Amino acid sequence: METSSFHDLREIRQMMEKSSRFISLSGWSGVAAGCSALAGAFVANGYIKSYYKHAYGSSAACPACLKQDLLVVAALVFISALALAFIFTYARSKKEGVAIWGPSARKLMWSTMLPMVVGGIFILRLMDLQYYSLVAACSLLFYGLALINGSKYTVGEIRFLGYGQVLTGLFCLWFPTNGLVGWAFGFGILHIVYGFTMWWKYERK
Amino acid sequence: MNPIEQLNKVFDSRIRLGIMSSLLVNEKVSFNELKELIGVTDGNLASHLKTLEDNGFLKVQKGFIGRKTNTSYSVTKAGEKAFKQHLDALEKMIRSLQ
Repeated sequence: METSSFHDLREIRQMMEKSSRFISLSGWSGVAAGCSALAGAFVANGYIKSYYKHAYGSSAACPACLKQDLLVVAALVFISALALAFIFTYARSKKEGVAIWGPSARKLMWSTMLPMVVGGIFILRLMDLQYYSLVAACSLLFYGLALINGSKYTVGEIRFLGYGQVLTGLFCLWFPTNGLVGWAFGFGILHIVYGFTMWWKYERK
Repeated sequence: MNPIEQLNKVFDSRIRLGIMSSLLVNEKVSFNELKELIGVTDGNLASHLKTLEDNGFLKVQKGFIGRKTNTSYSVTKAGEKAFKQHLDALEKMIRSLQ
């Protein structure tokens, strides 16, 4: 009887967790997203350096081209990070035999995508108005808030990653010339640290 | 009172326990979502849902997504109360054994 009531309680707890939180989010997703952000920051840094070294001030200077190159890098980073995150999470949910798409995944998507889409529109408008110095800060801030918002529906620890992004974003708000460094730190280093910690804590066998 | 007597017979089954647990933390859950969460066949799940419904523990909302029927379930006040009492009884049983 004792083992049966313990078992029942464990079952109830598991079902409550499983049905309300999306727990298959893999730590490797974070590590992969961080690595693609670091690679992107490296490439972007190269573009910016070579622009100021060769083109800046000369007749060949083309700030619009630089802007476009950087946008392409940012889009590639975003897409590859999302794709890699999906692949690792898909693999984990397959391995653990849990459905990837359910009420919890839907809530997680909605609660993170909404602030991110609003942030994306906000940033596009900033670029329209040529407030480039605020772009890095705002992307970190909105992303951080999206994570904090979504933490109710997935592994709760993700809110710490969110706090980290918000702090990095606030830093960039006051030191806008360090935008790329803030980006590399927030989207790169913090993701890798978080992902590795989560893997260590939950997935390591 | 003996805590074993306070255990609700309706929640004896693992499947019904699973259904109630997931409904308590979600506003509503569809038939297919329950099926995936618990991992049972359609017929099996339907019969357990019927038992819970007959006891007045859950509400059924029938709807459509396109042409497909989409039935979703949510817990009633009575269901919530009964489930909490069941949890209390489980807790008491564990305590009495310690």
